[in-house]
Amino acid sequence: MTAPVNYLFVSAIIFAIGLAGALVRRNAILVLVGIELMLNAANLNFIAFWRYGPHPEALTGVLFALFSIGVAAAEAAVGLALIIAVHRHFKTTNLDRIDSMRG
Amino acid sequence: MSFAIIAVVTVAGALAAITLRNLVHCVLALVLAFAGLAGLYLQLGAQFVGFAQILIYVGAVAILVVFAILLTRSHEPLAGLAVSPRWITSSLVAAAVFVILAWSIRSSRIAELLTPPHPEITVRQIGEALMSQFVLPLEVIGLLLTAALVGAVTIAMREQRREK
Repeated sequence: MTAPVNYLFVSAIIFAIGLAGALVRRNAILVLVGIELMLNAANLNFIAFWRYGPHPEALTGVLFALFSIGVAAAEAAVGLALIIAVHRHFKTTNLDRIDSMRG
Repeated sequence: MSFAIIAVVTVAGALAAITLRNLVHCVLALVLAFAGLAGLYLQLGAQFVGFAQILIYVGAVAILVVFAILLTRSHEPLAGLAVSPRWITSSLVAAAVFVILAWSIRSSRIAELLTPPHPEITVRQIGEALMSQFVLPLEVIGLLLTAALVGAVTIAMREQRREK
């Protein structure tokens, strides 16, 4: 039987990795990947608290995680469309070279 | 034991996804991390969320990211730094966030408060909840997904007016 704290630790590790990826990498797509990892870490927390919480029959944790997955999918679609539009204009996805608006 | 294996695979996949140089390799590592998270959901007894994770993340989001990488692949060589010049500061910020999170988990009394009963959640229960108590959020997220997909197509569409 795994203690619930272990799931919270795994979630914290994944969140920190996602944050590091979003801050460190210069490629816009990998920044988006880091954001997805952070969202997934939050989902793991929802499920862990639902499973070990006092009222698992209320289903709130599961449904919140499902809605969160849906919102994350929408976010990924719009984010990648934005990256493709920016790439058409600047011919690069390197965030350090995308430095002007109305360029 | 199985938890340790899945957790190590997930964390290793996440770590590889943000450290590898080749973008396609990054996405493959990301798929590994998503699959590991789905395994953790299954282990926690949330079957439907686990399979939704596999369907949506491994099936759809990862493919979308691969398409974006191939569409934006530039002809410039891979030379040059793949990371931002201020990567030390960024890594320190992420490490500090992890330390704060770990410290707050460690110092909280959450482990004593949470009690594990064994919930058996069937897909039927989830469906009934979605159709009765949570029908408004379901409709809202349907509208959100429609708007997001129309918006994504509009943004990514080639601009026609400028070519005249």
